Amino acid sequence: MPPLPKGLRPKPARPGSKPARNGVRVNGGANGDPKALKKAHKEAQREALKQQALDVPIAMLGWLDERTGSTPFLRAFLFRKTPQGTNWYYTLGSATMFAFVNQAVTGVFLAMFYTPSSTQAYGSVRHIINDVFLGELVRGMHKWGSTVMVVLVFLHMGRVFFFGAYKYPRELNWIIGVVLLILTMAMSFTGYLLPFDQRAFWATVVGVNINASGPILGPYLADFLRAGAEFNSTTLSRFYSIHMLLIPGLIAALIGAHLFLVAKLGTTAPPWLKAEKARELAEEEI
Amino acid sequence: MAVGLPALGFALGPIFEKTEHQGWQDVGPEADFNTTTYVPKVITIDPNVGTAGKSTVYVRKATPADRSPSDKPGHAPLPYVAISTRCAHLGCPVRYVQAAERFICPCHGGVYDSQGKVVGGPPVRPLDRFYTRVVQENGVGRVQIGQRFSVNSHLRRFSPRDPSNHLDGLWQYLYPSRPTT
Repeated sequence: MPPLPKGLRPKPARPGSKPARNGVRVNGGANGDPKALKKAHKEAQREALKQQALDVPIAMLGWLDERTGSTPFLRAFLFRKTPQGTNWYYTLGSATMFAFVNQAVTGVFLAMFYTPSSTQAYGSVRHIINDVFLGELVRGMHKWGSTVMVVLVFLHMGRVFFFGAYKYPRELNWIIGVVLLILTMAMSFTGYLLPFDQRAFWATVVGVNINASGPILGPYLADFLRAGAEFNSTTLSRFYSIHMLLIPGLIAALIGAHLFLVAKLGTTAPPWLKAEKARELAEEEI
Repeated sequence: MAVGLPALGFALGPIFEKTEHQGWQDVGPEADFNTTTYVPKVITIDPNVGTAGKSTVYVRKATPADRSPSDKPGHAPLPYVAISTRCAHLGCPVRYVQAAERFICPCHGGVYDSQGKVVGGPPVRPLDRFYTRVVQENGVGRVQIGQRFSVNSHLRRFSPRDPSNHLDGLWQYLYPSRPTT
């Protein structure tokens, strides 16, 4: 067996801890009593089984680690150093990603029942809400989760802005974040049409015509969104495809890049700590 | 490139295709209409999308005052005025309020007079209209609705534009005609 990574090695025995598999005391406290002897034997067997069971995940992880060499990467990623003063506001990014994961998972299951056709979409959403087991819950998670995601994106952006965490060398991560914000907005826009009720339809008509109000290119953008000059049979499937295939892929890829840069560059300390340090330095200089 | 270009063309293709229009649609005999009140009629914009593809049109008999600068001298003007309910602001459906003789939009407060010209709110041009004609059938004149057209504040006819696109002054040059209409 290959040497285990340090974090996975069994700890050395401490005084008072239970003996390891090979040092099983079969006769401990037996005193010739067959009942006690049997009990001790059983206990020893159970202990040995437990050890074996514990060895299984360690062996599996060791197998994976030997072939991927991912332990140093994972350790660096999961146990990376964070600056002093890191607080709960720093979890807003992870919270946003969790909201995205929630949208992705519930979205996949909604797609199993949804029909992106102008004549059947509304009925299929009614069917999800009224008939499908837990359908109302899953759709509710998707619907409310979208709002939560937008709110979290803005809170996260506000945190990064007010903590000055967008400054050198993290400008690229800010830019990626802005693209993610725009993509999230595009998700909200394209997802809004899918229930295909009156609100969805007219909100989309208005939204597309807002796009059309841009000079020169605006009307072309509206034609692209509608796939023609009027709302037609491909408009809904076009929105659906953008909503569930195009943008989620882009978002997932960009979240990967975003996280990579976070791990590579590290996070910043809150600005008030820097201010204190600067004051100390200034005092030292005097 | 080899994968991306066909996919992009597939997605963008509809921008350059002319949207098929539904031909002349019968909305009733001439006796149904007069010059003073609008009669709401439902026409089909797209037959494949159920009720989402239907639209209300307000129809009345034209008067000499409805003559457009686009009507050539010696040619008969459109026999009927058919006004689209698609608001020229952002496309919500307007309704005609007979008592006030105004078209009113529920979304952002656009108001139009009985000719469809803007009298208040955010719309940038009058309500769109449709071509009309009268076809004799067994001695009865039937009113038919044709293709949509947009008008500027002088009721000059233009190819159909999206709501929110200006057709007056210098603004009109920012919203040229496009291949789909």
